[in-house]
Amino acid sequence: MDTSRRDFLMTAGGIAIAGGVLGSTLSAQAADAPAAAVEHKLPELPYAYDALEPYIDAQTMTLHHDKHHAGYVKNLNAAEAALEKARAANDFALVQHWSKQVAFNGAGVSLHNLFWTIMAPNGKGGGGQPAGKLLEKITQDFGSFDAFKAQFSAAAASVEAAGWAALHYRKEDGRLLVLQIENHQKLTPWGVTPLLVLDVWEHAYYLKYQNKRPDYITAWWNVVNWEQVQANLEAAAK
Amino acid sequence: MAITLAPLPFAQDALAPIISPETLQYHYGKHHQAYVNNLNKLIDGTPLAEKSLEEIILAAEGGVFNNAAQVWNHTFYWNGLKPGAGEPQGKLLELIQRDFGNVAKLKEELAAAATTQFGSGWAWLVLDDGKLKVVKTGNADLPLKHGQTALWTIDVWEHAYYIDYRNERPKYTQQVLDNLLNWDFAAANLAKSA
Ligand SMILES: [Fe+2]
Ligand SMILES: [Fe+2]
Repeated sequence: MDTSRRDFLMTAGGIAIAGGVLGSTLSAQAADAPAAAVEHKLPELPYAYDALEPYIDAQTMTLHHDKHHAGYVKNLNAAEAALEKARAANDFALVQHWSKQVAFNGAGVSLHNLFWTIMAPNGKGGGGQPAGKLLEKITQDFGSFDAFKAQFSAAAASVEAAGWAALHYRKEDGRLLVLQIENHQKLTPWGVTPLLVLDVWEHAYYLKYQNKRPDYITAWWNVVNWEQVQANLEAAAK
Repeated sequence: MAITLAPLPFAQDALAPIISPETLQYHYGKHHQAYVNNLNKLIDGTPLAEKSLEEIILAAEGGVFNNAAQVWNHTFYWNGLKPGAGEPQGKLLELIQRDFGNVAKLKEELAAAATTQFGSGWAWLVLDDGKLKVVKTGNADLPLKHGQTALWTIDVWEHAYYIDYRNERPKYTQQVLDNLLNWDFAAANLAKSA
C-alpha cells in the first residue's frame, strides 16, 4: 500500500468512509494483501500493585490488571484474528458474533488502559482537586466541582449491574458530560472522548468493599490523577 | 402486602466448599435482601404494592422491574442448588435426551451460556413452547418476561463467585453444574408447567 493512500485512509477514519469514495479503486486493489493486524498488548500498570492502598487493595489491582484486563486483550486479539480469517475465506457466518466480541472486548481494553492512567497514589499525584483549565471547565459546565463530583458519584453508584461512570469531552460543542456505561460498550453516544472513567464492575471492588459500591466510589476520589485528566482534556480538545 | 425475603432452603454452610458461607452471607444477606428492600420502597403506596411478585415483573419496567426480577431470580437460584443432587430422571430426563441428546450435552450448553454472557446475568434451562432450551439473560432479565418457563438457573454476576473463585467464572460454573444442580427442583418446575 502506498503512503498517500494509507494517509488518506487514516484521515478518513476508516475503510468504510474511504470505500464510499473509492469503491472502484478498492476493488481494483483487492488483490493487495491487507495490512497485518497489530496485536493489542496489555500495558504495564504505571505504579506498583499496592500503590493505591488503602483505597484499592493490591490483590484487587493484581487480579484486575493481570486477569480481567489481560482477558479483554486476549479476546480482542482473538476476535480480530477471527475476522481476518473470515475475510480471507470470504466466510462471514460468524460476523455478528465476532463483531460483538470486538465491541465488548475492545471497549474493555480502551477503558482499562485509560482507567490505570487516571489514577495515582494518594498524595503522589492522586487525590485532591483539579486545578487550572480543568477546574475552570468543570465549573463552567457543571456549576462547581462539588456538583460535578456529586453527579459523577451518583452516576457510578446507579450503573445497572456491571459498567462504568465516565467524564467525556464532546468536541462538537466543546462541553464536558458525565455518562454511564453498561458493560464496556453500551450507552455511549458517538463523538465523545472519555477523560476520566471509574470501573464499577464488581470485580473492581468486591474483595475489599463487597456489596458496598458507594464506599468504593467515595474512596476512589482519593486516587484520581487530575493532572492526567487535564492532559486528556487538552489532547481531546485539540 | 410487602414482598418478603424467602428463607434460604439450606444452611449457610450447606454448599461449602463449592459456595462458601461467606459468599452466601453477602449474596443472600446483602444483595438479595437489598433487592427486596429496594422493591418495597419503590412500590409502597402504588397499585403494585397489592400485586404478586410475578405480576409486578410482568407489569413493570426500569428500577421496579430490575429489583422485582432480581428478588425472583435469586429465590429461584437458591432453590436450584442442593448438595449431592444426583441425576435427572423420568419426564425431565426424557426431554433432556430428546432436546439435547444427553445430560452431559445439556451441561455443556449451560456452561457455555454461563461463561459467554457479557457482564452480569444468568444462564437458564427453560421450557419454551414445549421444548427444553438453554438461554442466557443480561443483568436482571428473566425467562418469565419472554414467555418461557424457567426450570433452573445459575447466577453469573461477579458477586456470585468473586469471593470463592475470583475471576474464574468457568470454574465456578463447572463446580455448580457438577455438584449442586438440584434436578428435583427442575423436575418440579417442569411438572408444574404441564
Ligand atoms: Fe474492570
Ligand atoms: Fe446475585
